[in-house]
Amino acid sequence: MADTPVLDVQDLKTHFFTRTGVVKAVDGVSFTLMPGETLGIVGESGSGKSMTALSLMGLVPQPAGRIVGGKILFQGEDLVQKTQSEMQAIRGREICMILQDPMTSLNPVFTVGNQVVETVRQVKEASRFSLKDRAIELLQKVKIASPEDRMSNYPHQMSGGMRQRVVGSIAIAGSPKVLIADEATTSLDATIQYQYLALLKELQADTGMSIIFITHDFGIVAKMCDRVAVMYAGRMAEIADVRDLFNHPAHPYTEALMRSVPNVDEEVEYLYSIEGQPPALDNLPPGCTFAPRCPYVFDRCNEAFPDLIQVGDGHSATCWKLAGK
Amino acid sequence: MQRYILVRLTQGVITLLVLSMAVFVSSHLTGDPALYLLGAEGTQEDYEQLKKNIGLDKPLPVQYLVFLGNVVRGDFGTSPITGQSARDTLMERLPATLELAGAAFLLTLIVGIPLGVLSAVKRDTIFDHIGKFFAVLGIAAPSFWVAIMLILLFGAILGWLPTFGRGGIDHYILPAFVLSWGGMAGIVRLVRSSMLDVLDTEYVKFARVKGLPERMVIYKHALKNAVIPALTFSGLTLAGLLNGSVAIEVVFAWPGIGRLLLQGINQRDFPIIQATVLAAGLFYVVVSLVVDILYAYVNPRIRYE
Ligand SMILES: Nc1ncnc2c1ncn2[C@@H]1O[C@H](COP(=O)(O)OP(=O)(O)OP(=O)(O)O)[C@@H](O)[C@H]1O
Ligand code: SF4
Ligand SMILES: [Mg+2]
Repeated sequence: MADTPVLDVQDLKTHFFTRTGVVKAVDGVSFTLMPGETLGIVGESGSGKSMTALSLMGLVPQPAGRIVGGKILFQGEDLVQKTQSEMQAIRGREICMILQDPMTSLNPVFTVGNQVVETVRQVKEASRFSLKDRAIELLQKVKIASPEDRMSNYPHQMSGGMRQRVVGSIAIAGSPKVLIADEATTSLDATIQYQYLALLKELQADTGMSIIFITHDFGIVAKMCDRVAVMYAGRMAEIADVRDLFNHPAHPYTEALMRSVPNVDEEVEYLYSIEGQPPALDNLPPGCTFAPRCPYVFDRCNEAFPDLIQVGDGHSATCWKLAGK
Repeated sequence: MQRYILVRLTQGVITLLVLSMAVFVSSHLTGDPALYLLGAEGTQEDYEQLKKNIGLDKPLPVQYLVFLGNVVRGDFGTSPITGQSARDTLMERLPATLELAGAAFLLTLIVGIPLGVLSAVKRDTIFDHIGKFFAVLGIAAPSFWVAIMLILLFGAILGWLPTFGRGGIDHYILPAFVLSWGGMAGIVRLVRSSMLDVLDTEYVKFARVKGLPERMVIYKHALKNAVIPALTFSGLTLAGLLNGSVAIEVVFAWPGIGRLLLQGINQRDFPIIQATVLAAGLFYVVVSLVVDILYAYVNPRIRYE
């Protein structure tokens, strides 16, 4: 692994300005991603995982959403400062993403071939004649049987798993350095899902790209990821190497998540059952956002949001409990 | 796909049959045609003779079948007023109406779709406000009022455009614009709202994610989906243009079948009424069929059923 991160996110803040107030969907997220590394992002529904990803793509939903602070350094350049057309050149070629809903990510009125080819044309300097060959090659890479015939299919003629792989093939068309895979919440069959993720890891071994897996599933994290970031209410709760996180969770929230997973080596469906609700993002408490649900809460917790405190090599968490150590 | 077309075709034929029955029955409900044809001076014998001649002595279902047979062969009878074959009169007038409807339809699409798209893409900007204003005005302001205003402005005051009769291309501008008025407003609203829906979908988001330029995202990925609902509506609009034609043709003294129908009604000229109504019905059915086929064509989920 090289020393310079391909992606260095610093104190990213993405807010939504709505009629009822400011929704702090992402509020101070920091992490780095090394070349070839796989980072997992876990957290409850609504914790800001997808918004973090869309911020990296320069595609925060308009007009309500906006990146209001922080930096996204991609190979040293700050993406937050880029114009829309500069970002367009980066999307697909440098960073690409598989959206949370792969079933509806393909346009129903164009053939699969059309949608793969148009991507190849956009992100690769391929000659006109080789476009189709390149597209077929991509479909082969994601293990679609008889890709020549599949080119003329419409999305509705394919199974969910196949559609998902087509989406995968489009996402890697431009050989991006970073691939973000937002895991489907309305998940397909668990085995199909697992095969798909294994396929992405295979492609990663080929190309050396970095992957960000966004998921609810600690089983997937354990199998696929090198490092994990845990998000809570738009902020980082903890970030660590997979082993460290599973062996020594530092943040009370991570600890609670772990407890709600019976055994990390078993494949588990979504599962968290921690008492209480995450706070409303447009009305966050002044101190630690986890305080209302935290069994260890003490005076300091309600005064200010905790700093990111280092507890080990590449392992830090935002919790006052750790400050004294 | 073949099945789909076959079903629609059958529906079209049934529609026409029902229409022909309605037309046939209505000419019998509004009074005794023989009495009407006979005029004031006819005797009882003349009356019986006339009934026999035109088949009115036979039972109604038989009369209807005879009528239907004639209609299918394109024979609508002879107008008792002019003594001319109703079909010839219809054919003389039809081109004027079709041309006007065609021009109005083109105008509807050429103005309506881009304005709807612009309105959605530039949501809450000046384009959107113009589009919305236009759409509301189109629905609130009746077209005859618009017609009169335009005639006053461009005809009487500015003198830029001819305001009556058929002639060169300039003769088409005002009537076509007025005729397209309501439909255009509908298309703007419909395209705007379906475009807004489509812009929110995952596939549009994914088109951006994979690095396509905004122009392709909008005009390829979003637009084709957004015009699908507009297509059905525009078919109805086109068919509706014939209805609208009656008023517009009268206001602009346009020599089409709309005016012919009105004339026919005023003079109780049944062959003319039947010919125009059935021609309009046929037009409606054909347009609907074409729209359905187009709809299936742009919408692969239907095409492959
Ligand atoms: N258009 C919007 N306007 C206002 N708030 C929004 C909007 N879109 C998202 N949010 C808020 O942003 C927060 C983060 O959403 P995000 O989609 O990132 O969650 P997530 O972690 O991906 O959840 P899930 O696991 O369910 O996908 C949500 O709580 C939501 O309320
Ligand atoms: S800061 Fe306090 S409330 Fe927050 S997680 Fe740590 S102990 Fe719990
Ligand atoms: Mg999400």
